[in-house]
Amino acid sequence: MIPAAFDYEVAESADHAIALLAQHGDDAKLLAGGHSLIPMMRYRLATPSVLVDVGRLDDLRYIRTGNGTVSIGALTRHSELEHSAEMAEACPMLASVAALVGDPAVRHRGTLGGTLAHSDPASDLPAAVLALGGTIVAQGPGGSREIAATDFFTGYFESVLAADEMITEVRVPAGGGGWNYQKFNRRAQDWAIVGVAVAGGGAGVSLVNMGSTPIRASGVEAAVAGGASAAEAAAVAADGLEPPDDLNADAEYRSHLARVLTERALNAAGVA
Amino acid sequence: MTAVTLTVNGTERSLDVEPRTLLVHALRDDLGLTGTNIGCDSSSCGACTVLVDGQSAKSCTMFAVQADGADITTIEGVADADGTLHPMQQAFHEHHALQCGYCTPGMVMAAISLVEEYPGLDEGGVRHGLEGNLCRCTGYQNIVDAVLAAAGSGGD
Repeated sequence: MIPAAFDYEVAESADHAIALLAQHGDDAKLLAGGHSLIPMMRYRLATPSVLVDVGRLDDLRYIRTGNGTVSIGALTRHSELEHSAEMAEACPMLASVAALVGDPAVRHRGTLGGTLAHSDPASDLPAAVLALGGTIVAQGPGGSREIAATDFFTGYFESVLAADEMITEVRVPAGGGGWNYQKFNRRAQDWAIVGVAVAGGGAGVSLVNMGSTPIRASGVEAAVAGGASAAEAAAVAADGLEPPDDLNADAEYRSHLARVLTERALNAAGVA
Repeated sequence: MTAVTLTVNGTERSLDVEPRTLLVHALRDDLGLTGTNIGCDSSSCGACTVLVDGQSAKSCTMFAVQADGADITTIEGVADADGTLHPMQQAFHEHHALQCGYCTPGMVMAAISLVEEYPGLDEGGVRHGLEGNLCRCTGYQNIVDAVLAAAGSGGD
């Protein structure tokens, strides 16, 4: 399957990438690792007329810690998160979740900024950033803005990111208590049928593939904060949600999984 | 058309490609390196795995233009010039880690990258690490044995 033809531009800097996006309009897309975009282009679900390649912006590949925050350059690859000693020390949850994405070849190419911009509710890292209470830094023609992860995702493959904006950095708190990530799937390298991320000893809980976005399980968080047991808190994990029905699982089964996996994740994160 | 320069198996190669040309098609159709196979055509099976700057990558999920300036290793480039097999190839040979052979080039390239990236692999680590490479003969047991043997003998 061959993608539709497109014009190819190499961005020399984030500013250059944003200028190219502004110049080419809505039909231009950023290309980072390409591991979400290229398959969609091959199926012709995406037919951008221009690709702006930001994959060579090595100055946006970094992991820095300081002032209780881990700052990660948007072009940092999943395998770099996975193997970073600094990440293992400062935010082991993100390193651990990165190691569960796809397979090694995917992790060598895929980027943190790319997976957030793609905003797939079935992806692992967006939910992890959400549970961690992360912040996404986006640069546009008018400068940079900080977007709380809780405000970032708006629907299937949609976010508040404007067509002429680019994610440049992701920030998550360093340290911060018990964590766990539960990823349930049936076949090698599949997306999670349902996933649950718990950060901060239950202060942050998010769900994968339980709706049109990664979802913050605020009911579970409130229950944990109020002293509920893991079982009591997990019982409300699927309340009010409308998870998708598909070939892998129907909505009822997904709701069941969300409750079971939330309890397991809370237990593993230290909530009794 | 866009000019691209790749170092493929140690030799610099220049070619003009449409931006939409996938790396696997550039390798097979423009450079004649047909050892890299196309299996699923959907980023799932790993038959097209090559090394890009030393790390495994699915060459069906990368445009050739993205690889401009990169160092590419394909299955044709892993044995010594005198024909001595790479330790991973030798291990696949000794453990009969192939049946029809279609997945084998990608499996070998993925395995070379895997043992480099994850020292001290055990069986579970090999199985997990090769989850992106499918063998439809289902000959996984001998593949796992081969990779473990190569890893144990410093097979990188």
